[in-house]
Amino acid sequence: MADTNPAAEGPLPAGTQAPDFTLHSAPDQTVSLRDYRGHPVILAFYPADWSPVCGDQMALYNEVRSEFEGYGAKLLGISVDGAWCHRAFADQRKLHFPLLADFEPKGAVARRYGVYREGDGFSERALFVIDGDGVIRWSYVSPIDVNPGADGILRALDAVAGERTPA
Amino acid sequence: MTKRDAAAALTLPVGKRDHIRGPADAAVTLVEYGDYECPHCGRAYPIVKTIQKQLGPKLRFVFRNFPLRESHPHAEQAAEAAEAAAAQGKFWEMHDRLFERQFALDGEYLIEYAGDLGLDVARFRTELSSGAYAPRVREDFRSGVTSGVNGTPTFFINGVRYDDSWEFEPLLAALEDAAVARS
Repeated sequence: MADTNPAAEGPLPAGTQAPDFTLHSAPDQTVSLRDYRGHPVILAFYPADWSPVCGDQMALYNEVRSEFEGYGAKLLGISVDGAWCHRAFADQRKLHFPLLADFEPKGAVARRYGVYREGDGFSERALFVIDGDGVIRWSYVSPIDVNPGADGILRALDAVAGERTPA
Repeated sequence: MTKRDAAAALTLPVGKRDHIRGPADAAVTLVEYGDYECPHCGRAYPIVKTIQKQLGPKLRFVFRNFPLRESHPHAEQAAEAAEAAAAQGKFWEMHDRLFERQFALDGEYLIEYAGDLGLDVARFRTELSSGAYAPRVREDFRSGVTSGVNGTPTFFINGVRYDDSWEFEPLLAALEDAAVARS
Protein backbone atom coordinates (compact mmCIF):
# COMPACT_ATOMS: atom_id res chain seq x y z
CA MET A 1 0.00 0.00 0.00
CA ALA A 2 1.70 3.19 -1.13
CA ASP A 3 1.10 6.14 1.12
CA THR A 4 -0.67 8.21 -1.50
CA ASN A 5 -3.94 9.11 0.18
CA PRO A 6 -3.30 10.19 3.74
CA ALA A 7 -6.22 11.66 5.66
CA ALA A 8 -6.29 15.36 4.92
CA GLU A 9 -7.12 16.79 8.31
CA GLY A 10 -4.96 14.68 10.64
CA PRO A 11 -6.06 12.96 13.84
CA LEU A 12 -7.95 14.74 16.60
CA PRO A 13 -5.28 16.02 18.97
CA ALA A 14 -4.76 15.49 22.69
CA GLY A 15 -7.12 17.58 24.79
CA THR A 16 -10.11 17.08 22.46
CA GLN A 17 -13.29 15.47 23.75
CA ALA A 18 -13.48 12.09 21.98
CA PRO A 19 -16.57 11.99 19.71
CA ASP A 20 -19.01 9.37 20.96
CA PHE A 21 -20.14 6.62 18.61
CA THR A 22 -22.13 3.41 18.56
CA LEU A 23 -20.89 0.60 16.32
CA HIS A 24 -21.47 -3.10 15.91
CA SER A 25 -18.98 -5.28 17.80
CA ALA A 26 -20.84 -8.39 16.60
CA PRO A 27 -23.72 -8.93 14.18
CA ASP A 28 -26.18 -8.76 17.10
CA GLN A 29 -24.33 -6.45 19.46
CA THR A 30 -23.29 -2.80 19.61
CA VAL A 31 -20.75 -0.90 21.66
CA SER A 32 -20.75 2.82 22.49
CA LEU A 33 -17.70 4.76 23.56
CA ARG A 34 -19.63 6.23 26.50
CA ASP A 35 -20.10 2.70 27.92
CA TYR A 36 -16.45 2.84 28.92
CA ARG A 37 -16.53 6.06 30.96
CA GLY A 38 -14.36 5.68 34.03
CA HIS A 39 -11.81 3.57 32.16
CA PRO A 40 -9.07 4.58 29.78
CA VAL A 41 -9.88 3.42 26.26
CA ILE A 42 -7.40 2.53 23.53
CA LEU A 43 -8.98 3.11 20.14
CA ALA A 44 -6.90 1.39 17.48
CA PHE A 45 -7.96 2.20 13.91
CA TYR A 46 -6.43 -0.13 11.33
CA PRO A 47 -6.90 -0.42 7.57
CA ALA A 48 -8.36 -3.91 7.22
CA ASP A 49 -8.83 -7.38 8.67
CA TRP A 50 -6.75 -10.25 7.31
CA SER A 51 -3.39 -8.61 7.22
CA PRO A 52 -1.05 -11.29 5.94
CA VAL A 53 1.77 -10.60 8.37
CA CYS A 54 2.55 -12.87 11.25
CA GLY A 55 2.15 -10.96 14.48
CA ASP A 56 0.26 -8.11 12.87
CA GLN A 57 -0.96 -5.13 14.84
CA MET A 58 -4.15 -6.69 16.23
CA ALA A 59 -2.35 -9.95 17.04
CA LEU A 60 0.29 -7.96 18.90
CA TYR A 61 -2.30 -6.06 20.94
CA ASN A 62 -4.00 -9.35 21.70
CA GLU A 63 -0.74 -10.61 23.21
CA VAL A 64 -0.15 -7.36 25.09
CA ARG A 65 -3.65 -6.94 26.48
CA SER A 66 -2.66 -8.03 29.99
CA GLU A 67 -0.30 -5.02 30.05
CA PHE A 68 -3.20 -2.77 29.00
CA GLU A 69 -5.47 -4.36 31.58
CA GLY A 70 -2.91 -3.47 34.23
CA TYR A 71 -4.00 0.14 33.66
CA GLY A 72 -7.70 -0.79 33.69
CA ALA A 73 -7.75 0.17 30.02
CA LYS A 74 -10.18 -1.19 27.43
CA LEU A 75 -8.93 -1.93 23.96
CA LEU A 76 -11.15 -1.46 20.90
CA GLY A 77 -10.02 -2.30 17.37
CA ILE A 78 -11.86 -0.49 14.60
CA SER A 79 -11.87 -0.81 10.81
CA VAL A 80 -14.31 -0.46 7.93
CA ASP A 81 -14.82 -4.23 7.74
CA GLY A 82 -18.29 -5.57 8.53
CA ALA A 83 -19.28 -7.40 11.71
CA TRP A 84 -19.28 -10.84 10.07
CA CYS A 85 -15.84 -10.29 8.66
CA HIS A 86 -14.61 -9.14 12.08
CA ARG A 87 -16.09 -12.24 13.68
CA ALA A 88 -14.28 -14.59 11.29
CA PHE A 89 -11.05 -12.64 11.70
CA ALA A 90 -11.28 -12.58 15.51
CA ASP A 91 -12.08 -16.31 15.62
CA GLN A 92 -9.22 -17.23 13.36
CA ARG A 93 -6.67 -15.05 15.17
CA LYS A 94 -8.13 -15.82 18.63
CA LEU A 95 -8.54 -12.12 19.41
CA HIS A 96 -9.98 -11.45 22.84
CA PHE A 97 -11.10 -7.84 22.47
CA PRO A 98 -13.88 -6.17 20.46
CA LEU A 99 -13.41 -5.27 16.81
CA LEU A 100 -15.83 -2.53 15.81
CA ALA A 101 -17.35 -2.28 12.35
CA ASP A 102 -17.10 1.29 11.00
CA PHE A 103 -19.12 -0.05 8.12
CA GLU A 104 -22.33 1.94 7.63
CA PRO A 105 -22.04 4.73 6.81
CA LYS A 106 -18.63 3.55 5.79
CA GLY A 107 -15.76 5.09 7.74
CA ALA A 108 -18.01 7.64 9.49
CA VAL A 109 -16.23 7.28 12.83
CA ALA A 110 -12.78 7.36 11.22
CA ARG A 111 -13.81 10.61 9.50
CA ARG A 112 -14.87 12.17 12.81
CA TYR A 113 -11.51 11.27 14.30
CA GLY A 114 -9.71 12.71 11.26
CA VAL A 115 -8.16 9.45 10.12
CA TYR A 116 -10.15 8.34 7.05
CA ARG A 117 -8.26 7.93 3.77
CA GLU A 118 -10.70 9.09 1.09
CA GLY A 119 -8.98 7.67 -1.95
CA ASP A 120 -8.36 4.30 -0.32
CA GLY A 121 -11.68 3.79 1.42
CA PHE A 122 -10.17 2.71 4.72
CA SER A 123 -8.70 4.37 7.79
CA GLU A 124 -5.19 5.26 8.75
CA ARG A 125 -3.30 3.08 11.19
CA ALA A 126 -4.15 5.47 14.02
CA LEU A 127 -4.08 5.21 17.79
CA PHE A 128 -6.02 7.20 20.37
CA VAL A 129 -5.72 6.91 24.12
CA ILE A 130 -8.85 8.35 25.77
CA ASP A 131 -9.04 8.94 29.52
CA GLY A 132 -11.86 7.97 31.87
CA ASP A 133 -13.56 11.33 31.26
CA GLY A 134 -13.67 10.76 27.52
CA VAL A 135 -10.87 13.18 26.64
CA ILE A 136 -8.27 12.22 24.04
CA ARG A 137 -4.90 12.19 25.79
CA TRP A 138 -2.69 10.94 22.98
CA SER A 139 -3.08 10.35 19.28
CA TYR A 140 -0.70 8.96 16.73
CA VAL A 141 -0.81 8.06 13.05
CA SER A 142 1.68 5.47 11.90
CA PRO A 143 2.89 5.19 8.32
CA ILE A 144 0.25 2.95 6.75
CA ASP A 145 2.62 0.03 6.28
CA VAL A 146 4.32 0.27 9.69
CA ASN A 147 2.80 -1.49 12.67
CA PRO A 148 3.16 1.13 15.42
CA GLY A 149 3.68 -1.39 18.21
CA ALA A 150 2.38 -0.77 21.73
CA ASP A 151 5.09 1.34 23.35
CA GLY A 152 3.38 4.69 22.65
CA ILE A 153 0.09 3.39 24.07
CA LEU A 154 1.80 2.22 27.25
CA ARG A 155 3.54 5.57 27.71
CA ALA A 156 0.23 7.39 27.27
CA LEU A 157 -1.54 5.07 29.73
CA ASP A 158 1.32 5.65 32.14
CA ALA A 159 0.83 9.41 31.91
CA VAL A 160 -2.94 9.11 32.44
CA ALA A 161 -2.47 6.77 35.41
CA GLY A 162 0.21 9.01 36.93
CA GLU A 163 -2.24 11.89 37.15
CA ARG A 164 -5.04 9.92 38.66
CA THR A 165 -3.01 8.55 41.53
CA PRO A 166 -0.97 11.33 43.10
CA ALA A 167 1.71 9.90 45.38
CA MET B 1 -1.17 16.25 16.85
CA THR B 2 1.03 14.27 19.19
CA LYS B 3 3.83 12.38 17.54
CA ARG B 4 6.40 9.88 18.53
CA ASP B 5 9.53 11.90 19.27
CA ALA B 6 12.04 9.50 17.84
CA ALA B 7 12.28 6.04 16.34
CA ALA B 8 11.43 3.23 18.75
CA ALA B 9 14.44 2.38 20.87
CA LEU B 10 15.47 -0.38 23.25
CA THR B 11 14.30 0.35 26.78
CA LEU B 12 16.36 -2.47 28.28
CA PRO B 13 20.01 -2.06 27.32
CA VAL B 14 22.02 -5.13 26.39
CA GLY B 15 23.61 -6.44 29.55
CA LYS B 16 24.65 -9.37 31.67
CA ARG B 17 21.23 -11.00 31.59
CA ASP B 18 21.34 -11.35 27.81
CA HIS B 19 22.35 -14.19 25.53
CA ILE B 20 25.12 -12.65 23.49
CA ARG B 21 27.26 -13.80 20.62
CA GLY B 22 30.16 -11.61 19.58
CA PRO B 23 32.51 -9.30 21.43
CA ALA B 24 31.32 -6.67 23.89
CA ASP B 25 33.25 -4.01 21.96
CA ALA B 26 31.80 -4.94 18.57
CA ALA B 27 31.09 -1.97 16.31
CA VAL B 28 27.47 -2.97 15.85
CA THR B 29 24.93 -4.71 18.07
CA LEU B 30 21.96 -6.50 16.57
CA VAL B 31 19.15 -7.44 18.96
CA GLU B 32 16.41 -9.76 17.76
CA TYR B 33 13.08 -10.22 19.49
CA GLY B 34 11.89 -13.55 18.19
CA ASP B 35 9.51 -16.47 18.55
CA TYR B 36 10.70 -20.04 17.91
CA GLU B 37 7.41 -21.01 16.28
CA CYS B 38 7.12 -17.93 14.05
CA PRO B 39 7.79 -18.88 10.41
CA HIS B 40 9.27 -15.44 9.66
CA CYS B 41 11.75 -15.86 12.52
CA GLY B 42 12.54 -19.29 11.15
CA ARG B 43 13.35 -17.71 7.81
CA ALA B 44 15.40 -14.95 9.43
CA TYR B 45 17.48 -17.48 11.40
CA PRO B 46 19.83 -18.61 8.60
CA ILE B 47 20.08 -15.03 7.33
CA VAL B 48 21.33 -13.84 10.72
CA LYS B 49 23.72 -16.79 10.90
CA THR B 50 25.24 -15.96 7.53
CA ILE B 51 25.57 -12.32 8.51
CA GLN B 52 27.31 -13.30 11.76
CA LYS B 53 29.87 -15.24 9.73
CA GLN B 54 30.32 -12.42 7.30
CA LEU B 55 30.79 -9.65 9.87
CA GLY B 56 32.75 -11.72 12.39
CA PRO B 57 33.93 -9.72 15.40
CA LYS B 58 32.37 -6.52 14.06
CA LEU B 59 28.97 -7.86 15.15
CA ARG B 60 27.44 -8.62 18.53
CA PHE B 61 24.15 -10.53 18.28
CA VAL B 62 21.58 -10.76 21.06
CA PHE B 63 18.41 -12.85 21.09
CA ARG B 64 15.44 -12.06 23.31
CA ASN B 65 12.17 -13.94 23.58
CA PHE B 66 8.94 -12.57 22.20
CA PRO B 67 6.58 -15.55 22.09
CA LEU B 68 3.21 -14.79 20.47
CA ARG B 69 1.31 -17.20 22.63
CA GLU B 70 -2.09 -16.80 21.04
CA SER B 71 -0.82 -17.33 17.50
CA HIS B 72 1.76 -19.99 18.30
CA PRO B 73 0.79 -22.59 20.89
CA HIS B 74 4.33 -23.96 21.33
CA ALA B 75 6.17 -20.64 21.39
CA GLU B 76 6.15 -20.01 25.12
CA GLN B 77 7.30 -23.51 26.04
CA ALA B 78 10.04 -23.38 23.40
CA ALA B 79 11.26 -20.04 24.76
CA GLU B 80 11.36 -21.47 28.27
CA ALA B 81 13.22 -24.52 26.93
CA ALA B 82 15.92 -22.26 25.48
CA GLU B 83 16.23 -20.53 28.85
CA ALA B 84 16.38 -23.89 30.65
CA ALA B 85 19.21 -24.87 28.31
CA ALA B 86 20.87 -21.52 29.03
CA ALA B 87 20.87 -22.39 32.72
CA GLN B 88 23.05 -25.33 31.74
CA GLY B 89 25.27 -23.28 29.46
CA LYS B 90 23.70 -24.36 26.15
CA PHE B 91 21.47 -21.50 25.13
CA TRP B 92 22.74 -21.08 21.58
CA GLU B 93 22.83 -24.80 20.92
CA MET B 94 19.15 -25.03 21.92
CA HIS B 95 18.27 -21.81 20.10
CA ASP B 96 19.71 -23.24 16.88
CA ARG B 97 18.04 -26.59 17.37
CA LEU B 98 14.62 -24.99 17.96
CA PHE B 99 14.81 -22.93 14.78
CA GLU B 100 16.11 -25.87 12.78
CA ARG B 101 13.32 -28.08 14.10
CA GLN B 102 10.61 -25.44 14.19
CA PHE B 103 8.05 -27.97 13.00
CA ALA B 104 8.65 -30.21 16.05
CA LEU B 105 8.27 -28.20 19.24
CA ASP B 106 5.99 -30.44 21.30
CA GLY B 107 7.09 -31.20 24.84
CA GLU B 108 8.57 -34.61 24.08
CA TYR B 109 10.74 -33.15 21.33
CA LEU B 110 12.05 -30.46 23.68
CA ILE B 111 13.10 -33.20 26.10
CA GLU B 112 14.71 -35.10 23.22
CA TYR B 113 16.70 -32.03 22.20
CA ALA B 114 17.86 -31.54 25.77
CA GLY B 115 19.16 -35.11 25.70
CA ASP B 116 20.84 -34.60 22.32
CA LEU B 117 22.64 -31.55 23.66
CA GLY B 118 23.91 -33.47 26.66
CA LEU B 119 21.89 -31.54 29.23
CA ASP B 120 20.84 -32.89 32.59
CA VAL B 121 17.46 -34.01 31.29
CA ALA B 122 15.85 -34.55 34.69
CA ARG B 123 16.67 -31.00 35.71
CA PHE B 124 15.57 -29.66 32.33
CA ARG B 125 12.25 -31.49 32.55
CA THR B 126 11.58 -30.29 36.11
CA GLU B 127 12.41 -26.69 35.31
CA LEU B 128 10.32 -26.74 32.17
CA SER B 129 7.26 -28.21 33.86
CA SER B 130 7.47 -25.84 36.83
CA GLY B 131 7.76 -22.80 34.54
CA ALA B 132 11.04 -21.85 36.20
CA TYR B 133 11.97 -19.53 33.34
CA ALA B 134 8.51 -18.11 32.62
CA PRO B 135 9.32 -14.89 34.53
CA ARG B 136 12.48 -14.45 32.50
CA VAL B 137 10.57 -14.92 29.25
CA ARG B 138 7.92 -12.40 30.42
CA GLU B 139 10.67 -9.93 31.24
CA ASP B 140 12.01 -10.26 27.70
CA PHE B 141 8.50 -9.88 26.30
CA ARG B 142 7.74 -6.75 28.37
CA SER B 143 11.03 -5.16 27.41
CA GLY B 144 10.09 -5.80 23.80
CA VAL B 145 6.67 -4.22 24.14
CA THR B 146 8.02 -1.07 25.77
CA SER B 147 10.75 -0.88 23.13
CA GLY B 148 8.24 -0.88 20.28
CA VAL B 149 8.49 -4.48 19.11
CA ASN B 150 5.68 -4.72 16.57
CA GLY B 151 5.75 -8.31 15.44
CA THR B 152 8.27 -11.08 15.08
CA PRO B 153 11.04 -10.89 14.28
CA THR B 154 11.78 -7.29 15.30
CA PHE B 155 15.40 -6.19 15.07
CA PHE B 156 17.20 -3.32 16.78
CA ILE B 157 20.50 -2.05 15.41
CA ASN B 158 22.60 -0.26 18.01
CA GLY B 159 19.45 0.17 20.07
CA VAL B 160 17.16 1.62 17.38
CA ARG B 161 14.30 -0.36 15.84
CA TYR B 162 15.07 -1.43 12.31
CA ASP B 163 11.92 -1.13 10.17
CA ASP B 164 13.33 -2.03 6.77
CA SER B 165 13.63 -5.44 5.16
CA TRP B 166 15.63 -8.09 7.02
CA GLU B 167 16.46 -10.00 3.89
CA PHE B 168 20.18 -10.75 3.66
CA GLU B 169 21.39 -7.85 1.55
CA PRO B 170 19.48 -4.94 3.11
CA LEU B 171 20.11 -6.19 6.66
CA LEU B 172 23.82 -6.69 6.01
CA ALA B 173 24.06 -3.23 4.42
CA ALA B 174 22.28 -1.62 7.39
CA LEU B 175 24.63 -3.35 9.83
CA GLU B 176 27.71 -2.34 7.84
CA ASP B 177 26.50 1.26 7.72
CA ALA B 178 25.92 1.24 11.47
CA ALA B 179 29.39 -0.23 12.03
CA VAL B 180 30.98 2.49 9.92
CA ALA B 181 28.99 5.21 11.69
CA ARG B 182 30.34 3.95 14.99
CA SER B 183 34.01 3.69 14.11
